[in-house]
Amino acid sequence: MAETHEEHPSYQRHHFESVEQQKDAANFAMWLFLVTEVMFFGGLFTAYLIYRNWYYAAFVAASHQLNVFWGTLNTVVLILSSFTMAMGVWCSETRRRRGLVLCLSLTVALGMCFLGIKSIEYHEKWEKHHIPGDHYSLQSFLNPASDAEVYSEYHDKPLPLDMARHTEIYFSLYFVMTGMHALHMIIGIGILVFMIFRAQAGAYTSGHATYVENFGFYWHFVDLIWIYLFALLYLISRHQ
Amino acid sequence: MSATIINLPDQSTARIPKTNFLTKENGLLSWLLTGDHKRIGILYLISITFFFFIGGALAGLIRLELLTPQSDLMATDTYNKVFTMHGVVMIFLFLVPSVPATLGNFFIPMMIGAKDLALPKLNLLSWYLYVIGGILVIYTMVAGGVDTGWTFTTPLSTHYVNTNVMSTGLAVFIAGFSSIFTGLNFIVTLHKMRCPGMTWFRLPLFCWAHYAASILMVLGTPVLAIAIVLVALERTVGIGVFDPTKGGDPLLFQHLFWFYSHPAVYIMILPGMGVISEVISTFSRKRVFGYTAVAFSSVAIAVFGFFVWAHHMFIMGISNYAVLVFSLLTMLVAVPSAIKIFNWTFTLYKGSITFETPMLYAFGFMGLFTIGGMTGVFLGTSGTDIHLTETYFIVAHFHFVMVGGMLMAFLAGIHFWWPKMTGRMYPEKISQMAAVITFVGFNLTFFPQFILGTLGMPRRYASYPAEFQVLNVFSTAGATILGVGYLMPVLYLVWSLKYGAIAGNNPWQATGLEWQTQSPPLTENFTELPIMDHEAYDYEWLEQQQAKEVASAR
Repeated sequence: MAETHEEHPSYQRHHFESVEQQKDAANFAMWLFLVTEVMFFGGLFTAYLIYRNWYYAAFVAASHQLNVFWGTLNTVVLILSSFTMAMGVWCSETRRRRGLVLCLSLTVALGMCFLGIKSIEYHEKWEKHHIPGDHYSLQSFLNPASDAEVYSEYHDKPLPLDMARHTEIYFSLYFVMTGMHALHMIIGIGILVFMIFRAQAGAYTSGHATYVENFGFYWHFVDLIWIYLFALLYLISRHQ
Repeated sequence: MSATIINLPDQSTARIPKTNFLTKENGLLSWLLTGDHKRIGILYLISITFFFFIGGALAGLIRLELLTPQSDLMATDTYNKVFTMHGVVMIFLFLVPSVPATLGNFFIPMMIGAKDLALPKLNLLSWYLYVIGGILVIYTMVAGGVDTGWTFTTPLSTHYVNTNVMSTGLAVFIAGFSSIFTGLNFIVTLHKMRCPGMTWFRLPLFCWAHYAASILMVLGTPVLAIAIVLVALERTVGIGVFDPTKGGDPLLFQHLFWFYSHPAVYIMILPGMGVISEVISTFSRKRVFGYTAVAFSSVAIAVFGFFVWAHHMFIMGISNYAVLVFSLLTMLVAVPSAIKIFNWTFTLYKGSITFETPMLYAFGFMGLFTIGGMTGVFLGTSGTDIHLTETYFIVAHFHFVMVGGMLMAFLAGIHFWWPKMTGRMYPEKISQMAAVITFVGFNLTFFPQFILGTLGMPRRYASYPAEFQVLNVFSTAGATILGVGYLMPVLYLVWSLKYGAIAGNNPWQATGLEWQTQSPPLTENFTELPIMDHEAYDYEWLEQQQAKEVASAR
């Protein structure tokens, strides 16, 4: 028994018969975890779909309130971070320790950048009283002309009171969906920071890249969710 | 009843093996930080038993209140809290993890010839999440309880009640992740950890049932999680997704909630069906009839189970066409369930049946689950459902499936694998008695409730018209008998830890790989990597194997 043990690389856990088995199992588990994430966000997308159909006019008007410039910039930032993450995986596989640390650090920086831009957007909503709850204001929808910046771009007609009230549903979903997405980003950044410390000690550049690969899946998945959010929340009503 | 297949080693010379997973390491930390699936299974067993008795005590209070027509033991809103806590504890802290987290955790790796689950750390994490969820539920009870019903119905839960919805919601959210991780771990393990020769169609049916249940855990539970997040945000921030005054729709909550909570009943029952397949085969000395059909019927239940959720909503104002479709789909789920029942019956046919305790519980399961399942068809039929829903008929229906089905299966499994887990036999005669007492107590408790329901007694009220009292007295009397039936196993199983007969490797002459190693097993389960060279439930293979051992001993 002792002899066979020494043949194993140090990163092979004892209950696996081979490194391949360990790697397969970890990858498969990650994909399954992403499936659970799809179901988690799926509930929100379902709600969005239903309410968009019911309260179409409100969703169009409320969507016009989102800042497409910041949204686009954030999309670019996030895709860049996916690129640096993919480079990180490559560095890990080709055993480049310093490259890996650099890539992971860049990914953290871009992730923080995304959250920073998101908070600028949230602040805008706060100032306009578009955060659902007691202080929610219908001003921008009952009297669009009062909101000069948005009005000059879209020339929205005033919504009837009943429909205008349903914009709160849009913003509820906006904040829950982007908030849940941001929460995933924050968790991801936390794990990235942990990985940077481990990577400096050479943990992922000795032939065992599974951890970095699997985290990469997670990071790309969170990006992908954002692509859908960007399309459904920002872009879909641009020309209505 | 004289015939038995129990085959114990000579008690004068037999010893519990010195090295096993229980003795390998000592001390509290070696348990709290363990990665061993068997130890985690035992941790789960202790914690779910604890919560079962809390839930049971709450059930006792409910039955005591319902002894008389007036609400006299407790105030009506206390009664609301008691039945809510009973539901939350029993569903999220007992039924969902019961068989998978204890027996599944312990035996899936052993049945497929692996050393452990694929992700031991995740397995331990899932236990800690369960414990945190459990502590939050206890906190809720101490802090004054919650009275929404276990279904968290909006807008009641978001606007109208002032009880501890948040802590209960958080508890369910966290316990949900425990369940997701267990399911995920099982799927990965069953895909990637099978020993050489262990093909999918050589897996014990216990594994197939857990695979199907795991699919439900992994796909369903996240939807419950997001529904709870939305309820929490609606309570705290005031977002309007389920709030009709803002244009939100409470029905959406119902859809999201039941999208999990209907499949959840299959999460609860499928692992139990897996136990029954093992027990029926072992105690009738026959391969399970129609192995492939039983295996696929588990998967079919998992798949159909996702498309029937709206039958919980027939009276809630969903469209008539939706009622029609969901009613039809509900009938379809009855088909794979019936396939299982018929195949077990055919397994018994011309088998060499013996009546050890696990088999008695399994018979109990087959009878009670069949009644529970058939009454489910009444409820799936929209016409009768409108009359019967929200009455005691529903209470009786799901207790027949959950208590009569799942709990019987759980007890069958605990008795069946107890010798393997502890190395010692439970006392046979007294446990047979407990099985019979449970069966009698169960029927006395819940059968009258079918009649009460058809007479129109609504569920979730502390008081009822005086004419229903006789049947309610029967039900409460039955509950006391049932209580005795559940206390007995705790006592004699603990007793057997020290005084039970030494079981040896394979007291039942069962064919599963888990029986071909020592009891209690080694931490690594097997001394060498097993190779599966025969079909599941191949009793001839077992005989040849034993003949070989006798020959080599000579």
